[in-house]
Amino acid sequence: MDAIKKLEMECLKDDIPEFNVGDDLDVHVRIVEGEKERIQVFKGTCIGRKGSGVRETFTVRRIVAGEGVERVFPLHSPKVASITVSRPGKVRRAKLYYLRDRVGKATRVKERRIK
Amino acid sequence: MIAGVLGKKLGMAEIFTEDGECVPVTVLHAGPCTVLQVRSTEKDGYQAVQLGFEDKKRHRANKPETGHVKKANAEPKKFIGEVPWDGEDEVELGQSIGVEVFEGVKYVDVTGKSKGHGFTGVVRRHHFAGGPATHGQGNRHRSPGSIGQSSYPSRVFKGMRMPGHMGVEKNTARNLIIVKIDPETNTIAVKGAVPGHNGSYITIRRAKAQRKGVMHKNQ
Repeated sequence: MDAIKKLEMECLKDDIPEFNVGDDLDVHVRIVEGEKERIQVFKGTCIGRKGSGVRETFTVRRIVAGEGVERVFPLHSPKVASITVSRPGKVRRAKLYYLRDRVGKATRVKERRIK
Repeated sequence: MIAGVLGKKLGMAEIFTEDGECVPVTVLHAGPCTVLQVRSTEKDGYQAVQLGFEDKKRHRANKPETGHVKKANAEPKKFIGEVPWDGEDEVELGQSIGVEVFEGVKYVDVTGKSKGHGFTGVVRRHHFAGGPATHGQGNRHRSPGSIGQSSYPSRVFKGMRMPGHMGVEKNTARNLIIVKIDPETNTIAVKGAVPGHNGSYITIRRAKAQRKGVMHKNQ
């Protein structure tokens, strides 16, 4: 077992910022186009975190052109260049799946005041 | 060159490659094995090396076993097997062999005993489609259907695929890519699945044949 743990530990990132469900995130994604590599930013609300270790993923939801878009990112993937919290949210659930049924103003998440 | 080692399947894991791809890997213990016997062309008609993996308690080994490992000055072994050897480099009895045999090797074949499934039906065992689910079907949802004709041949052909025992047989997963070698813990990680349950004994060797459509040069 230890050899498996050791192998997976090597893949873990150590520079992941602290963020919670409900936070508004800017996820910087590495995109390779032919030879070139560029960074694309995906902005949205984190509606869930799932799994542990290398398998941990988080889901970011946003509304693009009136259509809800969700992306699931592996937290430790090298393709996720960086994550920044633009607005911490205050929520009472671990998964914000109820946002999927809401539109417009109702999709807002209360802001958490950092002391 | 010794073409492989004996080992143990530890379990599966996920790792990321440098370009961000997620690779499912199986982590295998590859040795350390002890050379117990050397098979030579003069004596045995072929060249190979007999290896032993994992020590066994002395009181669990019978006398023939104990006498056999004594020649190599080793402890009785839990798992003994042979791997091919081209006879070029020197091999001594009692020599320890580990992951270093896979240095520079890209593809391996892994042989193990598959998981036991007990007595299984044809849907699971031979991937039959089973019968229809609706339209008044009573008892043929997972049945094999017809197994032959009546007046001719009036018998069931040999080799007809039928329900029966599945698993616990020797299987080889071929041409698995080595993703990582860790000499410190004597483990290697190969891409994909390997036959058998976690903790089962396996034989890892250099890939023998090239899979169709896969270009690789091992030696």
